[in-house]
Amino acid sequence: MVDVFDIYDKMERNNILLSFKGEITSDLLTSILQIMENKMDNMQEEPKMKKKVYNVLVECLQNLYHHLDEVADTEIDKNRSAIFMIGKTEGKYSIFTGNYILNENITGLKNRLDEVNSLSKEELKEYYKKVLNNGEMSMKGGGGLGMIDIARKTGEKLGYNFLEIDNKVSFFTLNIKITQQN
Amino acid sequence: MDKYTIEGTPKTPSISFDLSSGVLEIKGRSIPENSIEFYKPLVDSLDKYSGAAKAATTVNVQLEYFNTSSSKCILDVFKKLEGIHKGGSAVTINWHYEEDDEDMLEAGEDYQAIINVPFKMVMVAE
Repeated sequence: MVDVFDIYDKMERNNILLSFKGEITSDLLTSILQIMENKMDNMQEEPKMKKKVYNVLVECLQNLYHHLDEVADTEIDKNRSAIFMIGKTEGKYSIFTGNYILNENITGLKNRLDEVNSLSKEELKEYYKKVLNNGEMSMKGGGGLGMIDIARKTGEKLGYNFLEIDNKVSFFTLNIKITQQN
Repeated sequence: MDKYTIEGTPKTPSISFDLSSGVLEIKGRSIPENSIEFYKPLVDSLDKYSGAAKAATTVNVQLEYFNTSSSKCILDVFKKLEGIHKGGSAVTINWHYEEDDEDMLEAGEDYQAIINVPFKMVMVAE
């Protein structure tokens, strides 16, 4: 029997506003963005914060959307599934995402995250411009700009973890904080 | 008659490009999953325009949100405009941003630093 109260209680204690587990589709992204926009309007979130949260949400969700394909092509069906949560505590938003990743891709992703986390605000700006201008555009995404953009807009380090599931895949979690900046 | 227009959607901006007057407007949100597909017709129409560009070309960009996938395509659009500018049409890019939206202003300044075309930062009161 699924312990529904346990799931509810955990979400309640972490002040989760919205969560989703399943396949990330284009239509789902549209719906999640719309729901979060309405919620922030209802909470009378200030426009500046609302814009930041919206922007970061778009990048996080589209990262999930684009990267699910990579694992799904080679692996079993459950790997198309991802988890997404957004919570708000004392005026700070927290976004959590989790998805499967091929073990062979961990090092590359970890290096990119560490690089982004090592840079100052000014360095991130220069790095962003460099990747924007010289970087290769992948067929689907922004070619690595997403994480840089998130770090720039939030001014926070990107929290992450890789949990090894078996010799092929791991579960990658990303935690992004958005705090009020003036 | 020579006009390329596209209606806006929750994920894509409205685009209006009047090739006979040399005015291009991009407005709204640009957060599609596949932005290359979305921007290709505009890039193509800029190619077409570059052969018969007007003495002046005015570009009004007023975006509320754009994703990083669009940011590359917007750069491609601006690079086409840079070519048109070099070709002899006086191009001006008016980059609009809302009063409290520092991120959008900064995004405009990033493009200004990369693209060799006069930019004007236009603040819009909310």
